[in-house]
Amino acid sequence: MASLRSTSRLFAASRPLFRPATFARSYATVESTPKNVDPIPSENPNMKTFKVYRWNPDKPSEKPNMESYQLDLNKTGPMMLDALIRIKNEIDPTLTFRRSCREGICGSCAMNIDGVNTLACLCRIPTDTAKESRIYPLPHTYVVKDLVPDLTLFYKQYKSIKPYLQRDTPTEDGLENRQSPEDRKKLDGLYECILCACCSTSCPSYWWNSEEYLGPAILLQSYRWLADSRDERTAERKAALDNSMSVYRCHTILNCTRTCPKGLNPGLAIAETKKMLAA
Amino acid sequence: MARLSGLQREVLSLYRKCLRAIRQKPLESRSNFQNYARAEFQKHLSVNKKDFGAIEYLLRKGHRQLEMYASPGIRNIR
Repeated sequence: MASLRSTSRLFAASRPLFRPATFARSYATVESTPKNVDPIPSENPNMKTFKVYRWNPDKPSEKPNMESYQLDLNKTGPMMLDALIRIKNEIDPTLTFRRSCREGICGSCAMNIDGVNTLACLCRIPTDTAKESRIYPLPHTYVVKDLVPDLTLFYKQYKSIKPYLQRDTPTEDGLENRQSPEDRKKLDGLYECILCACCSTSCPSYWWNSEEYLGPAILLQSYRWLADSRDERTAERKAALDNSMSVYRCHTILNCTRTCPKGLNPGLAIAETKKMLAA
Repeated sequence: MARLSGLQREVLSLYRKCLRAIRQKPLESRSNFQNYARAEFQKHLSVNKKDFGAIEYLLRKGHRQLEMYASPGIRNIR
C-alpha cells in the first residue's frame, strides 16, 4: 500500500509537464482526495494539521522534508502519540517512530514536539486547531529514519559510568544489601529517570561536546550511583568524572530540568556531583 | 591523481578497512565478502560528490555494517 501511494504521488508531481490534456480529469479526481487527510472524519470535524519530519535512509540524497497530515481531533486520543499512531494506521503506514508503553515509563517515544523535547505519550495535543503542530526527532542526533534517532553514543556513555552496584564486601548475614530509609530517600528523584535522552539532547553543551561531555541524563545516573549508600566504589567513580570534560562542561543552562518529561532535576544532580568532586 | 577531499579520503579509508577485515575471514568465503563490500560501495556510486549529508550518512552506515560483519562469528556471506 505504501509503495502504491508513493508512486501515485510521484506521478502527480511529474505528470503535469508531460500529460496530454485528455488525462486532465483523472488527475483532478486524484487531487480532490488529498493524500494526507483523515479518511474517516466525524460529523463536525475538528481538523488539526500536524507537520512531521520525514527522511528516508534508503534515498540518502533526498533532503528531509516536513510532511503535513490533517487529523480530526474528535476521533483522535488526547496525546500526541495517539495522533502519530492514527497517522501511521490510517493515513501513511510509512511513517516511522519508536513507541512502546504509551504511558511514559519506557522513554521510547522521545521527540521534539512544537520545539520542546518530550515524550509523545505524555504530551497533550494542543486544542488550538488554528495552529499546526510540528514534530521533529530529538535535536542534534543522527537520524535513523523519520522520527527515530540514533542513540548509540548515548548508550555507550551510559555504559561507561558502570550503572550497577559495585561492592567488594558481602553483607554480614549474606542476604540483601540493606539501606536505611534516610539513605533510600537520597535516591528519590534519581531512580525515576527512564533514559529517554530528552534532557541530554536539549543541552547546548551536549550538542557541541557530545563526544566527551556526558550530558545531563548520564550525569544524573552517575550521581544516582554516587549517592547510593550501598555502593563501595564511590572514590573510583569520582576519579573517573574528575576531568575538565565529563562534568564541568555543564554550565547550568538548566534546559535539562525544564524539558524533563518526568519532572526530574538533572541540573541539581550535576550540582551535587560537582560539590562531591570539590569536597 | 587529483588531490582528494577529506570526505573522499574517508570513503577510501573505509574501503581499505573493509579489505583488511576481509583478510581475517576464512579463505573460501573471502571472495563472497569482497563482492559484497564492493557491491555495497557501488550501490551508491551515483551520489553527487557534493552531497555531503548523504555521503556522511552512508559512511556512518558503512562503519556500522563493517563493525557487524567484521565479528569473527560471521564466516560467510551470500
